[in-house]
Amino acid sequence: MSENVKKSASGGTAKMETTATGAGTSSLLTRRTALKGLAGLGAAGAGLGAMPGFVPYIQAQSSAPIKIGFQVHRTGIGAAYGRWYDRVTTAAATLINEQGGINGRPVEIVAEDDGTDPKRGAEVVEKLATQAGCDVAYGTLFSHVVMGSAPRAGELKIPYFVVSEGHHVASGALNRWTLQPGICDVKSQVSAMAPYITSTLGKKVTMVYPDYAFGHDHRDSLVPAIQAQGGEVIAQIAIPPTETSFTKYFPQIPRDTEVLYHVMVGPAVLTFVKEMGEFFGPSRPEIFGFIDSLEATDLTNPGLEYLDGTYFWEGMPRYAQEGGPQFDAFYREKVGCDANGASVSDPKDISTYAHMFGCWETMFVIKAGMEAAGYAGPSDRQKLIEAVEAMGEMPASEMHPQGAKIFNGKTHQVFGPQYISKVEGGKLVLQHTAPIEAGMYPDEVDYTTMSF
Amino acid sequence: MDFGPYLLLASLEGAVLAAVLSLTALGLSLVFGVMRVVNVAHGEFFMLGAVASWFVATFVDETLGAPAWLGFAVALAVAPLAVGAFAWAADRLVLERVGYDPERTIVATIGLLYIVQQATLMGFGPDARPVQPPFNHRLALPWIEWGEEGLALYWPWGLSTTSYKLFVIAAAVVLLIAVWLVLSRTRLGLVMRATQFDRETAQAFGIPVDRVFAMTFAIGAGLAAIAAVLIVPIQQAHYLMGGDPLLLSFIVVIIGGLGSLRGTVLAALLIGMSDGIISVFFSPTLAKILATLLVAMVLVFRPQGLFGARPA
Amino acid sequence: MTGLMKPGALHVGVALLLLAANFLLPEYHHGAMARVLTLAVFAMGYNVMFGYAGLLSLGHALFFAAGLYGMGLPMQHLGLAAEPAFLLGIFSGALVAAVVGALALRTAGVAFMIVTLMFAQAGYLTILYFLEYTRGDEGFVIAREARTVFGLDLAAPEVRYLAAWLLFTVAMFVVLALVRSPAGRVLVAIRENEERARMLGYDVARYKLGAIVVSGALCGAAGAAYGLLFGYVGATFASVQYSILPLLWVLLGGAGTVLGPLLGATFMFYLIDLSSGITDAYMLIAGAALVALTLFAPAGLLGELRRRACPWLP
Repeated sequence: MSENVKKSASGGTAKMETTATGAGTSSLLTRRTALKGLAGLGAAGAGLGAMPGFVPYIQAQSSAPIKIGFQVHRTGIGAAYGRWYDRVTTAAATLINEQGGINGRPVEIVAEDDGTDPKRGAEVVEKLATQAGCDVAYGTLFSHVVMGSAPRAGELKIPYFVVSEGHHVASGALNRWTLQPGICDVKSQVSAMAPYITSTLGKKVTMVYPDYAFGHDHRDSLVPAIQAQGGEVIAQIAIPPTETSFTKYFPQIPRDTEVLYHVMVGPAVLTFVKEMGEFFGPSRPEIFGFIDSLEATDLTNPGLEYLDGTYFWEGMPRYAQEGGPQFDAFYREKVGCDANGASVSDPKDISTYAHMFGCWETMFVIKAGMEAAGYAGPSDRQKLIEAVEAMGEMPASEMHPQGAKIFNGKTHQVFGPQYISKVEGGKLVLQHTAPIEAGMYPDEVDYTTMSF
Repeated sequence: MDFGPYLLLASLEGAVLAAVLSLTALGLSLVFGVMRVVNVAHGEFFMLGAVASWFVATFVDETLGAPAWLGFAVALAVAPLAVGAFAWAADRLVLERVGYDPERTIVATIGLLYIVQQATLMGFGPDARPVQPPFNHRLALPWIEWGEEGLALYWPWGLSTTSYKLFVIAAAVVLLIAVWLVLSRTRLGLVMRATQFDRETAQAFGIPVDRVFAMTFAIGAGLAAIAAVLIVPIQQAHYLMGGDPLLLSFIVVIIGGLGSLRGTVLAALLIGMSDGIISVFFSPTLAKILATLLVAMVLVFRPQGLFGARPA
Repeated sequence: MTGLMKPGALHVGVALLLLAANFLLPEYHHGAMARVLTLAVFAMGYNVMFGYAGLLSLGHALFFAAGLYGMGLPMQHLGLAAEPAFLLGIFSGALVAAVVGALALRTAGVAFMIVTLMFAQAGYLTILYFLEYTRGDEGFVIAREARTVFGLDLAAPEVRYLAAWLLFTVAMFVVLALVRSPAGRVLVAIRENEERARMLGYDVARYKLGAIVVSGALCGAAGAAYGLLFGYVGATFASVQYSILPLLWVLLGGAGTVLGPLLGATFMFYLIDLSSGITDAYMLIAGAALVALTLFAPAGLLGELRRRACPWLP
């Protein structure tokens, strides 16, 4: 397993690497897939008309691995997340295989980069489904890639498990084949935070968010949630997604702001948080951020000292501590993170701890679903969807280290606990755990009434 | 925040952008002026400067254990040279061989853009990596208010800048003057201007035009790299960071008049400052739409640029 | 001149070959080729302007996006049926091209490239600005039930492929007819020597504008079809990368050849698809291809073939 992790860490030259039962077979398969690619390239040069089809593995059907097609953001703006999604997925697959695989068959991860691009994303889903012969597609984070890929997954009738935290699944925009069973959506996260913000930090909230769909989901969820608690969002500052300098936006923050709510994504997040500190200087309001603003970023970076005493939403607490999720230690060790949420091999390599648990949990949902459905091959895909839809409660365990979950089969969305941490001495210290119910909201869709 | 302090803050931010932009755009403008080609990979030279700066600073600070300012200083010297050398090689290997044909050069530099970007992805990785500034202090700024007792100074909430940002502005001014001196007072500048004015005649007078071109291309890339070294302690080095500087440099060079150096600097000031100030009045996305449309309209109706005197 | 026989046979042959491919290709390549055929129409639209009229645009993502959103927005918000929405997409592409063309044609050369680039950038930002309706970069999904033409389900693999094939074939013969018509020859004359064409009494500006509008309509058709066939509308398709890609495809296949765009799009798709199995940095290969083309084969694959062996190639 450690070899796999290292391979990903070094940027991995083999794109469509396949990870199977252990480190030894893994590298063998990697070379084989790479050779296959080379052979294909040579043939392409020889004549495009005669494109070779997929070169199938020569393996007995009964012991053939279950193939999980992994749509991973290795390049593009999602790359920092993609690397850790990759590692967690590999770790989960390794553990599943150590425990005997799924229905007695080993699990194989077939990973393919989508460049964090919706067009390529759709192509990757096609490739995984029809060329690599995957049983399910899985692992997408960025919501535009999910939107671009989900229609193809639906048409190809391949179960598509996303780990995106977008509200797209539960909003009803997608289809029966797309599910999000491993991570809560933005609407749930925000609803669960609002009571804490208004009761502990203040009632006059200014929000700073990225001016694209993800940020608008935050806005559309936060404004009513704060109002429901008797508070008010007094200013909404939307920042274009490509922005690289932020100071000029901060003067729009009203002076009577009691709580500044921030969420930002992309390569410029560190600049954003630093410039916010420089703007406020010694007189800042209470600050509540989504850890997205500093995911994969070291809190001890110079310029971030002012964050001491500010609050963050965390999907799962980055720093190991008393009162954290019960099964955190087990999971942390398996995915190769130290007590600070950094890679055990490089303390400067900070993980996306608040999101990547979704990959782990989704992998085990796939396993549980396949076992419940008696999954034997692609003809059982519909049964797999129905089995996952029927899951309901998932108690906290090594398979659900972030906490207990409730899966809503109608909206295809999971709900779970949310964590609020405070920065103390350069570390995030857990303050409050919002219960599952705090993030529940009325159903907006019933996918189970839709046809397959 | 009150309107006055807001405007001051936006202007200061705009000045930092204008400083970096004028250096980057000057590089693009120089290349266009002398060589008559548009270098689409210019933003990638900017990015390479930032990445080189990270490598140098990290090496000096962490491997050699030197203080942050030394790492920055070494990067300021080394990164532009390295990027310039790379550009020189690119000119010799690619641009010269397509004979500086304007359209083929654009296509070739688009190719170069992808090559550089993706090679950086392979060697540097997809993360945004910070470089420590040599110094950085928050400076709260005062504002004047007409109070009950006449004029009074006060410190508005949030009105501040940092010493490093002021340094960036000052450094850009010094560098711009240096470039101007080189172009107007040295033999290299003379040769470059002669080549720009009339390539054939320059050649007839024994000027090695191909070497001048390679040198110009290297200097243009080096200017972008210097700008990146200056900005990277504020922002971070990232393999996709070249897109914005490229687009903005295009805008600046066009508004300023293609190939006009004075116009380029003026336009960088205009664009940089207005970027800060427009955001006071408009939604930033709308402001960007208006700015791009303005550029298109300038090219359509006033192709010599707003500050250019003669047609390009 | 070998007359009409050879070129006619060649293009009919290509159309038939692609039709036969519908029944022969394995599943993955069947789906992939449906994509490539649609994108080839985009490239053919680009080629009308670049290859024949000699106008190098860096803003064709705008025309593609005009078709995509011209089709998608009315379907999403007004419940328009797919058939009229597709026509609306073509019309949007042509209309946007007419407006951009009328303005951009006042410039030439490098300035023309940058004007088109700027218009495309403004269009991209406009899509982001009206996030309320477009959902910005996240985009929106066109419901599968709505994606039917004349009762045929466009999401079904066979129908999708044949629809893409039909679009491609129609576009191919439209372009072929255009370049072999007197108007097409005037365009080439303008590309080769604009002054002389003007002296001969041709209204150069009108011909160029005509080429731009045809180009916009083809690209709009490609955009609208892409949205309908694959069910997704998003701002990424309006970004600058999608202005560069058709240029790349056309250069690769051969500017000013009818089949070059198809060849370029196919070649590039498989180059990226296969190389992404080897390296993360698969765009490196696209970049290297661009540089190598400008250095060693500026006329592209079919252009070189025409120069060396088949001068009759249209």
